[in-house]
Amino acid sequence: MTKINLNMITQRSVEEGAAMEKGKTNPDYFEACSIIEMNPEDMKKAGIWVNSNVRVTSECGTVVVKCINSTQYCPPGLAHIRQGVWANQVVPPRTQSTGTPQYSGFPVTIEPAFEEKRKTALQLVQGAVGLWKGGN
Amino acid sequence: MPKLITQVGCPYCGSSCDDIEVLVSDDNKKILEVHNACIIGTNLFFHANDPTRPKLPRQRQPDGSMKEITYPEAIDWMAKTLLAAKKPLIYGFGSTNCEGMSAVARIAEKSGAVLDNCATICHGPSFLAMFDNGYPSCTLGEAKNRADVVVFWGCNPMHAHPRHTSRYSIFPRGYFTNKGQMQRTIISVDPRQTDTAKLADVHLMLDQGHDYELFDAFRTVLKGYDIPDVVAGIKKETIVKSVEIMKKARFCMIFFGMGCTHTDGRNHNIDAAISLTRDLNNHTKCSIMAMRGHYNIAGPGQVWSWIFGFPYCIDLSKGTHAHMNPGETSSVDLAMRDEVDCFVNVGADAGAHFPIQAVQHLKKHPFITIDPNFNMASEIADLHIPVRIAGVDEPGVVYRMDNVPIQFKSVIDGLPGVPSDEELFDMVYERMCELTKTEPVWLTAKEDRKHPTNISAVNEA
Ligand code: SF4
Repeated sequence: MTKINLNMITQRSVEEGAAMEKGKTNPDYFEACSIIEMNPEDMKKAGIWVNSNVRVTSECGTVVVKCINSTQYCPPGLAHIRQGVWANQVVPPRTQSTGTPQYSGFPVTIEPAFEEKRKTALQLVQGAVGLWKGGN
Repeated sequence: MPKLITQVGCPYCGSSCDDIEVLVSDDNKKILEVHNACIIGTNLFFHANDPTRPKLPRQRQPDGSMKEITYPEAIDWMAKTLLAAKKPLIYGFGSTNCEGMSAVARIAEKSGAVLDNCATICHGPSFLAMFDNGYPSCTLGEAKNRADVVVFWGCNPMHAHPRHTSRYSIFPRGYFTNKGQMQRTIISVDPRQTDTAKLADVHLMLDQGHDYELFDAFRTVLKGYDIPDVVAGIKKETIVKSVEIMKKARFCMIFFGMGCTHTDGRNHNIDAAISLTRDLNNHTKCSIMAMRGHYNIAGPGQVWSWIFGFPYCIDLSKGTHAHMNPGETSSVDLAMRDEVDCFVNVGADAGAHFPIQAVQHLKKHPFITIDPNFNMASEIADLHIPVRIAGVDEPGVVYRMDNVPIQFKSVIDGLPGVPSDEELFDMVYERMCELTKTEPVWLTAKEDRKHPTNISAVNEA
């Protein structure tokens, strides 16, 4: 399996906003935010197929998301996860002394993870603080 | 007969659209139709109908489950927890009216807390630049009526503020811009070809994180000096062409967003943007505005500045005076240094929107969430207290992204027994005064409270 190093940004999207207002445990929120967008060239390099799962790892965490066809064009070298629970698993909390974390412009490694499943929002957040009672 | 309520404000994004029409059932309990709002606003209003909305506070039990408790019990627990904490952190206020923001100030002062709002993870860096360099801004009305060149730098209103372009910035026909879009030139600066960039006449697809260099190149060209052939991945000709467009404008409007504040450079990017605005004013009229995320996120900046002198990251733990130093007294930094021993999350979702490591630190201590709905912060909290939804079942004053105050209405009746943020904070404050045997400092006479009936329902529950 190949790995690829990309520059990650996490930003808003209307799909995320609309789904969030239905509730963060709503399936729409899961589908809107547990995804990654990148350039088809980069996908080819890493052996990633559209609509397959990938593992994203940054200096401070890792998360499994689904790679979709870009809704807004991403140039090669750049990857985008919509803001929300999945993005924040890998966002570095360092703030350059301003209070604002590095939500955009941090290096990540992306590799295919065809066999792995995406976790739900609750599973990720409750899991991170030791409260998750469900299965894997 | 269902009632159509007009001129309703939408409590979601910083556009704070105040032309929404809502059809409510004759018993005033259900929202039947929402007109004019974008999909996000529409979903927000309909979500208020959700029959599973929490009606009572819930407290976490030793086995990890949540159990419903009464409001007086929750208020007592919150008051005691805040008083016991050495340095609590009260964060949020993305979805609260100004009345609630003002009421929480009394609690923060009484408990020696740090008071912070969502700006800390959004436009906080913009505040830093404004302190240093000023804020030559205007209102959205001026942008609509006058701006013939509009620059979107690191922002994507088509997604984050869906009606911004149709109400204020691209499409509307203004007094001096009566041909609407035909009369406006749009420049977009973004590392992706976003849906906003697709609408633009010029799209500068810069290398991500190189905003500062590009701002600098703009300023250099404007001052008549030469620049390298390529800056931040953008060709010299494109930069020169963009500067010419801005220089020739009758009124140039620069909107900037998270693309500038979340990337490397943070406040320095905004500093350069403000300087560019000032430089452009030597040639034409130019104004700049932060694309604030929430409908009232400009509110805490206003309200807390009157009260404490600072808009965010306000450390009241000294007990004598407020102190502010982002990087030191900002929520994520405090969390990462594990410096606070109680966390109160109000009308925001730190569970979903903070980097997960910061959440893990905060969760080591008592964690209280005050929110009308279930969210990630409520699902990991030790105590979740539901309140009414500002702008839906609770009226209030909000500040739009251009710092213009708007009176929002309530369109339906609140759930019986559920207080507003303001009422809840007042009751917690009162309980804290009782516990410490001190006199409450009431800024507003209690008789003036908006919903006396609801308060007594809460107390009797
Ligand atoms: S643009 Fe913003 S304020 Fe206007 S309706 Fe949409 S979400 Fe609400």
